[in-house]
Amino acid sequence: MFAEFGYGILVVSFLVAIYSVFAAVYGATNKSAAMVESARRSMLLVFPLLSLSAAALIYLLVNNHFEVAFVYEVTSRSMPTYLKVTAWWGGQAGSLMFWSWLLAAFTSAVTIRKWDRDIEFLPWVIVVNAITLIFFLGMVVFYENPFTRFWLVGGNVEPHMFAPLNATLFAAPDGNGLNPLLRHPGMVIHPPMLYLGFVSYVIPYSFAMAALITGRTDDRWIRLTRRWSLWAWLFLSFGLVLGGRWAYDVLGWGGYWGWDPVEIAAFMPWLTGTAFLHSVMIQEKRGLFKHWNMILVILTYSLVVFGTFLTRSGVLSSVHAFANSPIGPFFMAFVSLTLVVSIALVIWRWPILRGETEMKSMLSREALFLLNNLLFMSVLVICFWGVIFPLVSELFTGQKVTVGPPFYERATAPIFAALMFLMGVAPLSAWGHSTVQTLGRAMWKSAVAALIITAILFVTYTQNIIALIGFFLIALVLLVTLQEFWRAARARQRAQGENFLTSLSRLMGRNRRRYGGYIIHISMMLMAIGILGIEIFQKETQGSLAQGEQLNIGGYTVEYRELASWDDQGKGVNFTRAVVDVYEDGIYLGELTPRIDYYFDSQQNMTIPGNRSTFRDDLYILLVDWQPVSSMGATFKIFVNPLVNWLWIGSLLFLIGIIFAAWPDKDPAEEPVRAARSVRQTNAAD
Amino acid sequence: MKKFLYTLIFTVLLGFLFTGVALAQDNTPPTDDEVNAVAHKLYCPVCESTPLDVCPTEACRDWRELIRTMLAEGKTEKEIIQHFEAQYGARVLAEPPKEGFYWLIYLLPPAVILAGAVILFRSLKEWTKPKAAAPVSSGARSESSSSEKDDYVARLEAELKKQK
Repeated sequence: MFAEFGYGILVVSFLVAIYSVFAAVYGATNKSAAMVESARRSMLLVFPLLSLSAAALIYLLVNNHFEVAFVYEVTSRSMPTYLKVTAWWGGQAGSLMFWSWLLAAFTSAVTIRKWDRDIEFLPWVIVVNAITLIFFLGMVVFYENPFTRFWLVGGNVEPHMFAPLNATLFAAPDGNGLNPLLRHPGMVIHPPMLYLGFVSYVIPYSFAMAALITGRTDDRWIRLTRRWSLWAWLFLSFGLVLGGRWAYDVLGWGGYWGWDPVEIAAFMPWLTGTAFLHSVMIQEKRGLFKHWNMILVILTYSLVVFGTFLTRSGVLSSVHAFANSPIGPFFMAFVSLTLVVSIALVIWRWPILRGETEMKSMLSREALFLLNNLLFMSVLVICFWGVIFPLVSELFTGQKVTVGPPFYERATAPIFAALMFLMGVAPLSAWGHSTVQTLGRAMWKSAVAALIITAILFVTYTQNIIALIGFFLIALVLLVTLQEFWRAARARQRAQGENFLTSLSRLMGRNRRRYGGYIIHISMMLMAIGILGIEIFQKETQGSLAQGEQLNIGGYTVEYRELASWDDQGKGVNFTRAVVDVYEDGIYLGELTPRIDYYFDSQQNMTIPGNRSTFRDDLYILLVDWQPVSSMGATFKIFVNPLVNWLWIGSLLFLIGIIFAAWPDKDPAEEPVRAARSVRQTNAAD
Repeated sequence: MKKFLYTLIFTVLLGFLFTGVALAQDNTPPTDDEVNAVAHKLYCPVCESTPLDVCPTEACRDWRELIRTMLAEGKTEKEIIQHFEAQYGARVLAEPPKEGFYWLIYLLPPAVILAGAVILFRSLKEWTKPKAAAPVSSGARSESSSSEKDDYVARLEAELKKQK
């Protein structure tokens, strides 16, 4: 009953979305406000409809309806209720539906805003969002239906939505259970965060398309979607960070990022999104690079769909690819079609997207932003080519190859270093015009201080040349950025006669985006400290120990004390947990308990490290193997990950920075600074 | 006599050499770390995108044991990697070998990036070419900066004044 209901509602929302496209196009082309309003209302209807359908699915998941194929695949009786709910996005069909539901929610949120002076955008925003929604809902309705049930037909169990002739419903006594890797709290929220990021990028894209179609190509679309892009960036970044933390905690390889194709799939829209975040500022302040911003937002949208395609179609089988399905070609077609149409629109509107001013200097901030864009695009090129090369190779040579971390690390490291340098220089350059002299004057103190810090590190910490270059750049960016806070607050203090802290907080409050951005730069540098630490200084060792035996690594001594293995029938898990004592230079630091959880229902292991984390380093111990008999010997893999904690500290600060920048406020500085020209542009467009 | 002596010395040296090798083999079975160091450079032939040293599957455990055996036999890292490549194809390598078609992966990105950079710098030069003496209508943001004063502070103070 619930399955038919859920599916029925799904089909209805699919049809309503199709209607809204036609109504919106008709309304826009025939100047019929009533039809546009009808399109808007039908779009508003899709969200509650999909929510009903989702409620039906969640009901089935929570109540062990194993006659439903999806429920059988992702849940089992032993799973706690909250995991049964989150299993919604734990499998292919459910996650595509989840995607659609989020998009419907965002589209609704956009369509209920006050549209007064942007009413001409409305129908086209609806069209773009609805077409995206129709595509995803179509996948769910026709190919990846989460409501498909098992039927007993002539002794065989077959999945069908509706009862075949002479068939009876078949329900397995228990389900497969969610992949244990996905039962980690990090993994429960990591996919929704990524999806939130993915989906919210559809909104700026829809506004960009609306601007192209209506020919209103001033930067109104950018202003309207500024917060959306920031929130989208926040979710995407948060999703990536959570993914890293999850990998560190449960994947048991001692790292946080493995350049896996699916990680890169989520990283690529982040790259274009980050470039976009920077380059829209040039358009806002200087009215330049309108074509480029359009292309960036189009690329981001395409990469979002492409990323979902990579993760969902099983085209690249990798650790994340839990499914293989027939939806690949449709995804490919959709990505190509939207990309071609969007680029065609840009070319069509090319003449009216011209810049409003001239570039004056190669060192002006806009020029440096452009360089920043070039670097982000370079990383994108490397990532994109690395991800699709195995497919290209398979196509042309019949041989599938691996493109692993060494390739990406070698290729991207110099670009990331250049980006860091730019992060140190760009905040000091002025809009419009800068020279080597002005830049040099502004940054020489920071540069000298950074050199001194590097020299101290050379003497006390490391002689590794790459690490030293990295630390120099980190110190430079941190100092330049902090100096920016200092100088601006001092200047304001002098001008307003406030005390320093009041000055600083008011200054930041008035320029949320700028100072939020600087906080993000600082957080990036903290993260870079962690990344340098683990990439360059990571130590590892592995050994089999009898009770009481020790392993030494990086100043730590790890002594194997005991091991226990027991079943928890309620949870359906066998736990094997070792206890080791940790000493540093003979001083007892405490015990760690690495363990392996074996899940009966899905017959999979999960390796949970024992981790001792400090600002200096992490001692990260994995239980690799053990002898079950009385001897109780066990094999451990031990990592010392220097400085890695700074990666997580940086991530937290990063989130604070984005939230600070994106927080809604009534900022007087928000009013268009180029109002006069915008008006002119609008008139011209009319 | 001399000849005999030489032969003797030679034989003894040779003997030492061989026993030396044999001793090295017997006394130091490869450690887990040595096995992992080789395994780290190989990718699991079944579960894609997973380095062999961290792959938890049974198959990979066997492959690690194979590496251990080969190391014990005195095979070098290079030989072991070659063996795996011959057995399972180029996919076991962490990145494609630098040969034939595979050169594309190494050459295409730099080519594209270089092209991008050239286009960017050309356009930048084009845009920043000093136009005729008449000042270009500049954006409202570009403040007039007197050269003797720190123009950053000037800019900032101007902005602050605006906000007051």
